Amino acid sequence: MSPAKPMPASAQQAPEPDMAPPSVNMAASGEPNLAAESATKISATDLNFHYGSFQALHGISMKIFENRVTACIGPSGCGKSTFLRTLNRMNETVRHSRVEGEILLDGQNLHSFEVSEVRRRVGMVFQRSNPFPKSIFDNVAYGLRINGVPGGGSPSRGELRDAVEHSLRRAALWDEVKDKLHQSAYSLSGGQQQRLCIARALAVNPEVLLLDEPCSALDPIATTKIEDLIFHLKSSCTIVIVTHNMQQAARVADYTGFFLLGRLIEFDETPLIFKNPAQKETEDYVTGRFG
Amino acid sequence: MRHFVEELEHLKTKLLEMGALVEASIQRSISAVTQKDRNAAEEVFRNEDRVNAIELEIDDFAIKLLALHQPMAADLRLIVAALKINTDLERMGDLSVSIAERALSLIEGPVIKPMIDIPHIAGLVQSMVRKALDAFVMRDADLARSVLASDDAVDSLRTACYHELISFMEKDPANIKQALNLLVVTRNLERIADHSTNIAEDVLFLVKGIDVRHHAESRPPS
Repeated sequence: MSPAKPMPASAQQAPEPDMAPPSVNMAASGEPNLAAESATKISATDLNFHYGSFQALHGISMKIFENRVTACIGPSGCGKSTFLRTLNRMNETVRHSRVEGEILLDGQNLHSFEVSEVRRRVGMVFQRSNPFPKSIFDNVAYGLRINGVPGGGSPSRGELRDAVEHSLRRAALWDEVKDKLHQSAYSLSGGQQQRLCIARALAVNPEVLLLDEPCSALDPIATTKIEDLIFHLKSSCTIVIVTHNMQQAARVADYTGFFLLGRLIEFDETPLIFKNPAQKETEDYVTGRFG
Repeated sequence: MRHFVEELEHLKTKLLEMGALVEASIQRSISAVTQKDRNAAEEVFRNEDRVNAIELEIDDFAIKLLALHQPMAADLRLIVAALKINTDLERMGDLSVSIAERALSLIEGPVIKPMIDIPHIAGLVQSMVRKALDAFVMRDADLARSVLASDDAVDSLRTACYHELISFMEKDPANIKQALNLLVVTRNLERIADHSTNIAEDVLFLVKGIDVRHHAESRPPS
């Protein structure tokens, strides 16, 4: 076991009078020890987020490592989904919201990009599958038609067909839908619709995929398929998943962050979080003593 | 109290019941040797079935908790530690049975040396067993570490005993049977000490989440 070490002082925010400072299990480099094997894809520093007068995130500093799965866990209202949605600027669509602090994507400020570029590079899949009222094929082709192909220009029919097949294969859905690509997406089961949404997100080749409770409405078989998919996708994509299901976080994630009342209480390699967490709040949550 | 917490308490209670039984067996087997007490040996034999039954009961219960509750963190460590401590306690029970069997053989034969070293080793071993179980009950990492520190003393006493008994056998072959009985007793006591050490290591895993087996603490993290 690696000893818990504090983050560099520069990366810690000042403690509020009523709360202990977030303790993040980090090596002296400011990264969990395994991170030496992987580059930082996204880095959040001193991130605050306000919905009007309500502050939902308090000084979150956390790194998302490339080609790894990072899970955000915590009780309802702890800020984990809000944090996820700041990573592709989805929260900007919320009226009267305000974000402070810094988020870097590949070392560059997220707000220096066009929002459309952020959404292309950082894809998102939501809790409830939300296919468009179109055919299976058109759902997956949608992003490509909007964004064009790499290098610019509209994709040819052949390029579209290849890209749709490739995305559906990556989402482990191709074999189930290849004979009915032009049927409505609504004809698919809940689990298939969710994988279709993942295929749609993958079609534009995102570098990061944000998954907001992607399995909460799915049965165990469909959940297993999504988890297997996450495991295989991480070789080509960086994944951040918000989940209420701690066993799911334990199964799929390389790193886990525990959020409570808008603060990041602990962030470490997943086995440590579930075997021997450093913080009592984490221990109480993962053992079901509260939350 | 949550149902799962009550079930964990039940697991601890069963393990303590097992610990008390095994501690009694060890104590009675030592009395059988040092006091030439046949009744004490018979008590150890009677205890064995109960120890075996509780071992199965604890394993079954702990596996049920793992399967049904998918425990995490301290709860997970408690159940894993309980499974391992259970196995150690059962083996300690078996070793006390073996000591009691040797006691019956020793009672029937001549005395070849005064009982000095064996009560000394036995005292140390019993203290280790008690401390290991107390460390589990009180989740006391310092007490668990003190058990680890005692193991070397038992090992050296046992080695000294071994050389002494070999010299008795060399002096007079008529001593061989009794000396062998005493050798087995000291060896079994030393093994009981080893199992106490295992329990202490499990307590450190339970309390601190660290693995100190095979000097794992001094190795760099994998």
